[in-house]
Amino acid sequence: MSPLARRLLTAAALLSIPAGLSAHRMWLLPSGTVFSGTDSWVTVDAAVSNDLFFLDHQPGRLETIKVWQPDGTPGELKNGSTGRYRSVFDVQLDKPGTWKIGSQMSGVMGSFKVDGVEKRVGGRGGPPPGAGGQPGAVRQPPLTVADIPANATDVKLTETSSRNEIYVTAGEPTTKVFKPTGKGLEFAPVTHPDELVAGEAARFRFLIDGKPAAGIKVSVIPGGKRYRNEEGGMELTTGADGVLTVTWPTAGMYWLNATTTDSKTTTPRATERRMSYTTTLEVLTP
Amino acid sequence: MRNAVLSSSALLAGVIAAPAMAGTVTVTIPRLNVAEYHRPYVAVWVEPAGGGAARTVAVWYDIKKRGNEPGTKWLADLRAWWRKGGRSLNLPANGVSGATRAPGQYSIALPADLKPGAYVLNVEAARETGGRELVTVPLNVPNTSGRATGKGELGAVTLSR
Repeated sequence: MSPLARRLLTAAALLSIPAGLSAHRMWLLPSGTVFSGTDSWVTVDAAVSNDLFFLDHQPGRLETIKVWQPDGTPGELKNGSTGRYRSVFDVQLDKPGTWKIGSQMSGVMGSFKVDGVEKRVGGRGGPPPGAGGQPGAVRQPPLTVADIPANATDVKLTETSSRNEIYVTAGEPTTKVFKPTGKGLEFAPVTHPDELVAGEAARFRFLIDGKPAAGIKVSVIPGGKRYRNEEGGMELTTGADGVLTVTWPTAGMYWLNATTTDSKTTTPRATERRMSYTTTLEVLTP
Repeated sequence: MRNAVLSSSALLAGVIAAPAMAGTVTVTIPRLNVAEYHRPYVAVWVEPAGGGAARTVAVWYDIKKRGNEPGTKWLADLRAWWRKGGRSLNLPANGVSGATRAPGQYSIALPADLKPGAYVLNVEAARETGGRELVTVPLNVPNTSGRATGKGELGAVTLSR
């Protein structure tokens, strides 16, 4: 096998591992983002699929999803349920202000060689032991960094971190839930994400480790692909100040994803850090 | 009843700062021939033409006097008004909020203390199982005059002195 072919295979293997990095898109779809009244509830679909927002592939995993109340303290996820194609849950917006709902995941993936045999770190784990496997056999758990033996060669490790967060507002919008942690790729909106209007430009800043993320690529894709021919996505880049400007062509729900890599790793022997940020934004008519 | 309260307070303001009547807006809620009709939620507000804080003149919604939910659940459907200031208004608001109205013509006094200048008058209507419409009319204080007409949810909106 040529080195190039091997590298392509490794790349393909890496891509097939975590859903957040594959062609499949993870998404959270709230029933609305702007609420009035004193007893508002939002219900959210969580799923993984190619086309937005169609339920045809895999459900999202509820155990990774957290709720932040407008004051930044943890909130409660209610009525969670996982079906074949989607998970669904409710959040009771019992305090006024902007709530954050979503998940943050991180891990390490890659490969190494022992005695000329390549093994993978992270991902879905290996097939069950034995050729073909017995019916009902359990897959082997994925290898971790700690499983890499001392005599391993060709160690290639990539750190991954991803966030998938949505914002919903009861009453007046607030900004406390946008406070950055200073770790990884984060979203620091200039325009409030619950104040988006078709035809008006919105500005969102992206941060890496708390500093403006200049020149990173961001995809913005409208929902409802089944009812048109083109995907209709926008491929945008943040400016030198880390700010992305998006002008919304029409009202609707949009999926936004920013992905970037750098070499500022914290795991020993990892050479690359891959970061992604995903959100779903609702744009209203003027 | 609400109208009576509104006009008497306008009258009172007129006495204090005569002749500062900023004018009157007449809003028409059209009669619609639909299978399921509910009276629309309507908001009327004034914005400075050069941008600035919106001032709500009237909001008509389904006020509920009992229970935990005072009828404000669907106010965000008046989405332009909600974003421009409805969400920061404490409801019910004296002299501003009131019950939904049946089809017909309604005259609302503009705030008597509106300073002379250029404004935009906005009227937004949203109807359950129906549509939503926003009608805007340029408003000059004190030479109040103007007219615009909605296409579906609102009829004529007329400004007069």
